[in-house]
Amino acid sequence: MPASTQPVDAPPPAAAPAPQPGPRTAARRRRVAALLLLLPACVALFLFFVLPLLNIVVGSFTDPEPGLGNYVALFTDGYTLAVLGRTLLVALVVTLAGLLLGYPYAYMMTLAGPTTRAVMVTVVLVPFWTSMMARNFAWMVLIQDGGVLQKLFGLVGLDGVTLLGTTTGVALSMTQVLLPFMVLPLFSVMQQIDHRLLLAGQSLGASRLSAFRKVYLPLSLPGVVSGASLVFVLALGFYVTPALLGSPQHALIAQVISVRTRELLDFGGAGALGVLILIVTLIALAASRRLAGAGSAVAAHAVAAGGDR
Amino acid sequence: MTTGDGRIELVDLCKRYGSGPLVVDHVNIDIAPGEFLTLLGPSGSGKTTTLNMIAGFTDITSGAIRLGGRDVAPLPPHRRDFGMVFQNYALFPHMTVAQNVAFPLRERKVPKPEIARRVEETLRLVDLAGMGGRRPHELSGGQQQRVALARAVVFSPSVLLLDEPLSALDRKLRQSLQQEIKRLHQELKLTFVFVTHDQDEAMSLSDRIAVFNAGRVERIGTPAELYRDPGTRFVAGFLGESNLFTGRLRPGGVYEWAGHKWAVRDADGVPAERDLVVRPERLRLAAAPADVPEDANSVQAKVTGLYFQGTHLRAELDYGDGTTGCAVLPPDSVTGIAAGSGVTAYWRPEHQVLVTPPADPHPNEENA
Amino acid sequence: MKARLWLKIVAVLVGLFLTVPTLVVIPMSFSSSQTFQFPPSGWSLQWYENLFTSPAWSTAIRNSLQVALVTTVLATTLGTAAALGLNRLTPRVRGVATGFLLSPIIIPNILIALVIFSAFLRLSLNGTLIGIAIAHTALALPFVVIAVTARLQGMDAALQRAGSSLGAGPFSVFRKITLPLALPGVLSGAILAFVTSFDEVVLALFLQSPSTLTLPVQMFNSVTVQIDPTISAASSVMVLLVSVPILLAQVIGARRGKAGRQ
Repeated sequence: MPASTQPVDAPPPAAAPAPQPGPRTAARRRRVAALLLLLPACVALFLFFVLPLLNIVVGSFTDPEPGLGNYVALFTDGYTLAVLGRTLLVALVVTLAGLLLGYPYAYMMTLAGPTTRAVMVTVVLVPFWTSMMARNFAWMVLIQDGGVLQKLFGLVGLDGVTLLGTTTGVALSMTQVLLPFMVLPLFSVMQQIDHRLLLAGQSLGASRLSAFRKVYLPLSLPGVVSGASLVFVLALGFYVTPALLGSPQHALIAQVISVRTRELLDFGGAGALGVLILIVTLIALAASRRLAGAGSAVAAHAVAAGGDR
Repeated sequence: MTTGDGRIELVDLCKRYGSGPLVVDHVNIDIAPGEFLTLLGPSGSGKTTTLNMIAGFTDITSGAIRLGGRDVAPLPPHRRDFGMVFQNYALFPHMTVAQNVAFPLRERKVPKPEIARRVEETLRLVDLAGMGGRRPHELSGGQQQRVALARAVVFSPSVLLLDEPLSALDRKLRQSLQQEIKRLHQELKLTFVFVTHDQDEAMSLSDRIAVFNAGRVERIGTPAELYRDPGTRFVAGFLGESNLFTGRLRPGGVYEWAGHKWAVRDADGVPAERDLVVRPERLRLAAAPADVPEDANSVQAKVTGLYFQGTHLRAELDYGDGTTGCAVLPPDSVTGIAAGSGVTAYWRPEHQVLVTPPADPHPNEENA
Repeated sequence: MKARLWLKIVAVLVGLFLTVPTLVVIPMSFSSSQTFQFPPSGWSLQWYENLFTSPAWSTAIRNSLQVALVTTVLATTLGTAAALGLNRLTPRVRGVATGFLLSPIIIPNILIALVIFSAFLRLSLNGTLIGIAIAHTALALPFVVIAVTARLQGMDAALQRAGSSLGAGPFSVFRKITLPLALPGVLSGAILAFVTSFDEVVLALFLQSPSTLTLPVQMFNSVTVQIDPTISAASSVMVLLVSVPILLAQVIGARRGKAGRQ
C-alpha cells in the first residue's frame, strides 16, 4: 500500500548522469527507417533527373567551349531574343486571359449548389485528365483554314482570318488548355473563404462591390497568385500547342529547344535556353511564394496533381 | 510478462530536447503494484513526457525506468507489455470494435477461440456487450473510450497508462467514465498511471498524486495529504482553492502579514520565508470583531461577492494589499453579512498550513 | 447568397469554352473524309476500325499501356516508400527532402525532356520503352508523394503508438495499421501516375524511335508527319473514357455530401 507523503526534495543529484541508452533508441530507429524508405526514390531522382539537369546546366557553360558563349549567342543571333519575347508575351496573355475567365468561374463554383458544383467541377477536371493531344487536336481542327472559326469570323465580316500557324491561334488554344490549372488553385482557396465575411462587410456599410473588392478579393489573392504562377510557368515551357498549332516562323521557346536538342544535338545552346526558362520559372515561383505565402506555388501544383480533394 | 508484478520505478528521470532546458527534471517516483497514481500538473509541466518515457515513445536523456524491477530502457514500446489509453481514443478506424479489441491478442498469437472469448468478456466488462460488430465512427465519444479501455486491458497487462483519456468528453460523460475507470481499477487490480490537468479528477480517482511543476515533481501524496499539507505555494494553488498570505514567520511562533499577527504552532526551526494557507472551508466570517473566538487567527476582509450554491454559500473575499480569497460556508450561516460589507474572517490555528514559496526548493515537512 | 445574372452567364460561357472545343473530336471521329475537314461531309466508322486494327495504332496503344504500367508500379512503390519516410522525419529535414522529391513538378517539361534526352543518349536508353518508363517515373513520383503524404497527414498520429503499445512491432504496425489507412492515397497516387504516363507527350516525343511510339506520339505524328484522321477516334475514345467516371464520381460525391451534411 502506498507510503505516506514522500518528501520530494531529493538530495541534489550526483554529477554523472546514468549511462546513455543503447543505439536502439526510439528516435534513432525512426531516423534509420526514414532514410531507408527515402533512399530508393531519392537515388532514382538523383540519377535520372538531378544529375542530368546539373550536367546540362554546367554544359551550357562549357559545351562546346567553356565560357558564356552559348548565352552570348542567344542574345546576338538576332533570332532567339524575338522567340523569348514572343514566348513571354504569350505566357502573359494566356495567364491574364485565364485569370479573367477563371476567376468568375471559380467564384461561381463556390456559390453553386451541390449538383451544379459537381457538374462545374467535372467540366474543369475532364480537360485535366483527358488527353492533352486530343484537346490540341480539337483546336487544330477548329482553327484550320476553312475551319469553323474562320467561317464564324466570316459571318461577322472578318474574312480570311488565319489562326493556324499564328501566335494568336496558339495563345487562344493554350488559354483553353491551361484554364483548368487556373481554376483549380483558385477554387481551392476560394472554397475556404467564408461568404459571411462579405455579409459582415455589407452590414458595416460597404456596398456589394466595395465589400467584394475590400474583403473577398484580398482573401482570394493567394489563389490568384498560385493559379497565375502555375499557368505562367506552364505556358512558358509549353511545347505541344505551339508545335501543333504554331509555325517555325513564329516559334515559341520550347520549339527552339526541341530543334536544337533533337535535330542539331546542340546541348550547349539548348541548355542555355533551358537555363533561361528555369531562371524565369524560379523567379515566378519565388514571387508567388512571397505574395501568397510559402508552399502555395507547390500547393498549386499539388492541387493540379490531385485535381480534387 | 515484461512488466512483472506492476511495480514501476522512475529513478532520477530526465528529459531534454537538444540543448534546451530539462522538460523532465530528476523525477523520482516509486509506484507500488496495483496502485492508482496520477501525474497531475498544468500543460507543459512534463507529466505527459514522463508517461511517454514509461511507454517508450520518448527516449530518456538520463535516469532509469524499471517495470517489475527490470530496466526497460533498451526495450521498444511493443515489448514493454503495458496497456495504454490515449486522449482521442486512437481506435483503428478500419477495424470493427471486436477487431480493435482483438488486436493485441492476435499480436501475441493467442489462439482464435480464446481471442473470441476474451474479447467478449472484456467488452462485457466495459458495458459494451454485443457492440463488437460496430465501427468506431458509429460510436459516441464515451463508447469509443470504453472500447479503448477494453483494448488496453484485454491482454491482461500489469500496468495501464492513461494519457488524459477524458479531456475530450463533456462534463457529465467525464464523471460517468471516471466512475468506470475507478471500477475497472478495483476489479482488475492493475497499476494505473493516469495523466491529467484536472485536479478534481485527480483527487477523486487516485491512491496517490504526483504534482508536476516545470518538469519537477513538487509533491507526492494521497489526495487528503496533499490537500491538508500542500507543501508549496504551487501545489496549494493548483490543488483545491486556498486563501494564501505571503508574509513572514517570526521567532516565537508568530506569523506576520500586513500588520496582522497570527499564532503558529510547532514552528521551531522553520525558515522565515513561508506563505500561510487556509482552505476555504476552514474559514468562518464574523460581522463584528467581538464575535471572533479568542484563540482564533483573524483578518479583516471585504466581501466582494456572496453566492448561494445550494449545499453551501460561497463568499469572495478581499483582504486588501492585493490578496484575495474565498470562504465556503454552511448555507444558513450568514447573518448580518452581505456583499460589500466588511467582515472579520477567522480560523483556528490548527487549520492553517505553511507552504514554501517558489524560491526555496526544499519545502518543510511539518504541519503548522 | 444569390449571384448576379451576369456572373452566371459568364460562368456558363467559360464552362462551354472549357468543354465544347474538345467535343469537336467526337463528330470528327465519325468522318468519312481522309482529311481533317470539319464539319464532316460524310459518316463512317473507319477510324475506329483503324484505331484498333492498324499495326501502327495498336502497337502505339500497347506501348503506352506497357510504359504506363511500369511507370505506375515504379512510381507508386518509390513514392509511397518516400512518403512514409518523410512522415518520420523532423519538420525541418522533411521540408528539404519534400522539396527535393517534388522538384520535377516545378521544372518545365521541355527542360526535363532536353535533360533526359541528353542523359539517355549517353546511357543508350533513347528509343527504348524502358527509357520512357524511367523518365515517366521521375515525372510521376512527385504526384504519388503528394497523394500519399496528404493521406498520411490526415491520419491520427496516435494510431501507430496505439499499435505499438498493444504489442505490434514496427513491421506489424506498418502492415496492419499504416498501410491499410494510407491505401486510398496510394491508389489515387497510382492512378495519377498512370494517367501522367499515358498522357505524356513531350518526353515520349524526345525519346521516340520508330518502334517505340506511344499513343500520344502516334497522335502527334498523325497531324504533323502524315495526316491520319484516326487521331480523332483515339481522341474521342479518351475523352469519353475519362469524362463518364469523373462525372459519376462527382455527382455521387455531391449526393452523399447532401445526405450526410447540410
